[in-house]
Amino acid sequence: MSFANIRREDASRAVIVHAILLTYTLVALYPIFLVVINAFKTRKGIFRDPMGLPNAETFSLEGFTKVLAKSNFELFFYNSFTVTIVTIVIVLLLAAMTAWALSEYKFPGNTALALYLAIGIMVPIRLGSVSILNLIVDMGLVNTLTALVLVYVAQGLPLAIFILTEFMHQIPKDLKEAARCDGVGEFKIFFAIILPLIRPAVATVAVFTMIPIWNDLWFPLILAPGDGKQTITLGVQQFIGQYVTDWNAVLASLSLAIIPILILYLIFSRQLIRGLTSGAVK
Amino acid sequence: MAHSGPMTDWRKAKLPVIAFLAPATIIYTLFMIYPLLDSIRLSFYATPSGGEAAFVGLDNYRTILADPDWSATFWNSFWNNMKFFAVHMLIQNPIGIALAGILSLPQLRFRNTYRTMMIMPTMLSVVIVGFIWQLILSPVWGVGADLLDIVGLKSLFGPWLGKEGSALITLSFISVWQWVGIPLMLIYAALLAIPDDLVDAAIVDGATHFEVFIHIKLPLVLPTVAMVSILTFVGNFNAFDLIYAVKGALAGPNFSTDIMGTLFYRTFFGYQLQLGDPHLGATVASLMFLIILAGVLFYLFAIQRRLARYQL
Repeated sequence: MSFANIRREDASRAVIVHAILLTYTLVALYPIFLVVINAFKTRKGIFRDPMGLPNAETFSLEGFTKVLAKSNFELFFYNSFTVTIVTIVIVLLLAAMTAWALSEYKFPGNTALALYLAIGIMVPIRLGSVSILNLIVDMGLVNTLTALVLVYVAQGLPLAIFILTEFMHQIPKDLKEAARCDGVGEFKIFFAIILPLIRPAVATVAVFTMIPIWNDLWFPLILAPGDGKQTITLGVQQFIGQYVTDWNAVLASLSLAIIPILILYLIFSRQLIRGLTSGAVK
Repeated sequence: MAHSGPMTDWRKAKLPVIAFLAPATIIYTLFMIYPLLDSIRLSFYATPSGGEAAFVGLDNYRTILADPDWSATFWNSFWNNMKFFAVHMLIQNPIGIALAGILSLPQLRFRNTYRTMMIMPTMLSVVIVGFIWQLILSPVWGVGADLLDIVGLKSLFGPWLGKEGSALITLSFISVWQWVGIPLMLIYAALLAIPDDLVDAAIVDGATHFEVFIHIKLPLVLPTVAMVSILTFVGNFNAFDLIYAVKGALAGPNFSTDIMGTLFYRTFFGYQLQLGDPHLGATVASLMFLIILAGVLFYLFAIQRRLARYQL
């Protein structure tokens, strides 16, 4: 085969490959795009020209005005942010402490404890909902954000501990030994030396913990469905339930729920992908 | 300082070790392990109207599995859930594997951009995804028909979500659209870990990239494919949000989209005129636990062991 033939074959192969990838990218993104562009249109625009971009004639923010006036979107955002941030901070700290103890110290039952803490990676926490609700009722925490935080911390810990334990194994031994020779206490070694070292893994764990919490419908529905404590996912679900026929409001509320997570994803996608592909060096 | 093995002896630091381990272990035990075990315990009890909860042995299980009304509902949701899972295994995972294979081709341009865009739906809330597709497939809006028109298939369009025969399949496809990102990313990561020399040698010998993928790469990433399959199984038998967002707790039309998660919710909280029953709810949850456990054990003992020898 001549050199030119190979080049031509490569080029046609590249065209096919990119055609497939572009097609799938379009399939993945177009539905989201369609909802977001229509959120910025008048009712007429939504129905007459659903696939067109909003123009001078069809542009309108009436959906957003309606959503912001008729629902407590700001409050839902605040609730979701509070629950998510508080949970992430607690999960990261507790998981780092546990991962450090599991990877650094030899004690009876070390492996057993690691396995025990890993059960939650495979067994969905939802299956315990009946007893979780009883527990939350007994603690007087129904309809509080605290209830959600406690459950989400328990839900997020297993995977976070697993990822961070892998990470702790890579911390060079000399560092800890040098500190110990200088007589630095065990607590200080963890908080002053180890904790700053795991920063690269923090973003990965944060994204893995955040997404299921931000998007969860089940526990807000069961533990905190009441007025004023809804998260954004439950808030949108309830709002759309009330205004099914109001297309402007429905499209706007969906866009309000999509846009923040898309922005966060674009910021953190590199960390997320690095986390998923960890171990593969290329 | 003397070290025995790779780890420090905890007897030199008992207090710190306990302090490091206690908080996570306590919260995890209290809000995850205890509720799971307590749910199983509750499934052996029942509360007669106005009375105290009493031990009833396997009565609740007998009700769910043998009572004519309950068992029909239970098995309906079980088989619906199996269909839901089958669509994910047959459509989602092959698409994920194929896209991962293409993305891992050498010298591919815009690799990272494609990857970032393709897994975007995976980041969205299942509720949001459900509503997005409900709008697109709505005959009132007509966008779905317009889109099919572009590829000349407009005649195929119908109110798929509203028909008993097609609602479950349509919802399964919506879920596939959202979750393709998971097999895509995990298998892509596994493909990247394959050493270059292995692939280069085959290419030099005249193999095409497609042949290399089928005969060399795919067998090497089979353990990851198996792991993706079990994750799909656990995720599917725990699904709820999508059906609830699109169809409500009644999983209509006529329970044709009812899966284990929606059955659990209705049994626990009740719907319309039927009162919720925590004990029957715990029984459904325990049955779900048994199904998931059976899947995980099958994976651990029948699949993972056999595949381990292929690992690099």
